[in-house]
Amino acid sequence: MTKHFFGDTTALLGRSLRHITRSADTIITTTIMPIAMMLMFVYVFGGAINTGSQSYVTYLLPGILLITVASGIAYTAFRLFMDMKSGIFERFQSMPIARSSVLWAHVLTSLIANLISLVVVVLVALLMGFRSSAGVSAWLAVAGILTLFTLALTWIAVIPGLSAKTVEGASAFSYPLIFLPFLSSAFVPTATMPGPVRAFAEHQPVTSIVNAIRDLFTQQPVGTDIWIALAWCVGILIVAYAFAMNTYRRKIS
Amino acid sequence: MTTNKVRGPVIHVQGLEKSYKELRVLRGVDFDVARGSIFALLGSNGAGKTTVVKILSTLLKADAGTASVNGLDVATQPADVRGSISLTGQFAAVDEILSGRENLVLVARLRHLKDPGKIADDLLARFSLTDAGARKVSTYSGGMRRRLDIAMSLIGNPPVIFLDEPTTGLDPQARIEVWQAIKELAGQGTTVLLTTQYLDEAEHLADRIAILHEGRIIVNGTLAELKQLLPPAKVEYVEKQPTLEDVFLTLVGANANNGHDRNAGTNA
Repeated sequence: MTKHFFGDTTALLGRSLRHITRSADTIITTTIMPIAMMLMFVYVFGGAINTGSQSYVTYLLPGILLITVASGIAYTAFRLFMDMKSGIFERFQSMPIARSSVLWAHVLTSLIANLISLVVVVLVALLMGFRSSAGVSAWLAVAGILTLFTLALTWIAVIPGLSAKTVEGASAFSYPLIFLPFLSSAFVPTATMPGPVRAFAEHQPVTSIVNAIRDLFTQQPVGTDIWIALAWCVGILIVAYAFAMNTYRRKIS
Repeated sequence: MTTNKVRGPVIHVQGLEKSYKELRVLRGVDFDVARGSIFALLGSNGAGKTTVVKILSTLLKADAGTASVNGLDVATQPADVRGSISLTGQFAAVDEILSGRENLVLVARLRHLKDPGKIADDLLARFSLTDAGARKVSTYSGGMRRRLDIAMSLIGNPPVIFLDEPTTGLDPQARIEVWQAIKELAGQGTTVLLTTQYLDEAEHLADRIAILHEGRIIVNGTLAELKQLLPPAKVEYVEKQPTLEDVFLTLVGANANNGHDRNAGTNA
């Protein structure tokens, strides 16, 4: 059956991509919150925040991109939950297909949908004055980190998507993820925070990811941040994947 | 496609047990289903009908006992079993955002068939959904969804079809349409295992009826055999009144749209 894995995944990916193109509101609702935050922080709070020489929108964008992904994966969980609830997941699982392609189609859809949202947010940031002198390789590095981050969060989203009892439960897990950038270097430099908060902020994944992306955008030497960022992303990815597959196996046996 | 692969019963279930934590849902279920027949599993809500269907369609593993479909063991050859079956679950498992035709094409592609478009068009015609084929399924009525759902199950001509409460929640007309589709299936040699809580449904459709109660099959036979379990019928003279279903179908039925006098008593 595995010989059909790619064909089956393609067929199912086509299906869920239609869900996205036919309900474009999911892309809008995914991007509207991070864009609103960006507007508020740049034009309301930003003036009072001292971030050194960079323009505040340039300083802020990396964190906003992570928030975009965190709010986007709520839809991944939602789509998976709806498939579980409607019985179509069981229909696919009872068919002679490569069974795991059902899950992979959702994961790839999540990746594509989030990349579209990220492009939308970057375009809005450009309108608001975001400028980067980064070259092609730096942009590719940023895209790579964001892809890895999206995959890691997507596999986290698979867990509630498969096991939630209600729609609210399926998407509620994303709130703490959206909140995490506030306790990081995403909005303000961590040096301004009181001791314990600063300690947390400097040792949680968002700070290293934000710092790495920011350094890439501003052509600064990325230093160790990028390796810590990659280690976090890969680590979360592996752990989330293991838990998600465990949940999945319990569902299909 | 593998219709003549094995002789004897196409579904064979023996000593099937399944518990959800403390709750013992199945306590040793045995039954056989003959090829090309319609077998009805009758039981009240929570009797374990869906659990049996899920085990047979490889979605659940039994705690004990054996089950085979088309000569293939559901526990040891699940992938092969899935090639021999189709499941129509308790709720119409259709994609609401896709059109009816896209749903059919998707299933045909997943079954790796040639010319999914033609398969879809043929099935739309067969289930009177051609006009609605291009519309999103979210605009369909309950009966249309169920018909599409069953049409999706027929793609690839699997020799065995499981229908889990196929008419629950349907109006009487849609119910009759579904019954018609099921009878046609069996007429073409497909084996149908259907679960239902409607006694008249089993009576109308099934060649054999088994009653699942408290985790066991308590009776299994043809309708005539089951009727013999009760004292012989005694002759009583009862005025033949139309049932409410007769009245409903006469009034709203397809051939009742001309100007009959609907106030007159129609019980001749």
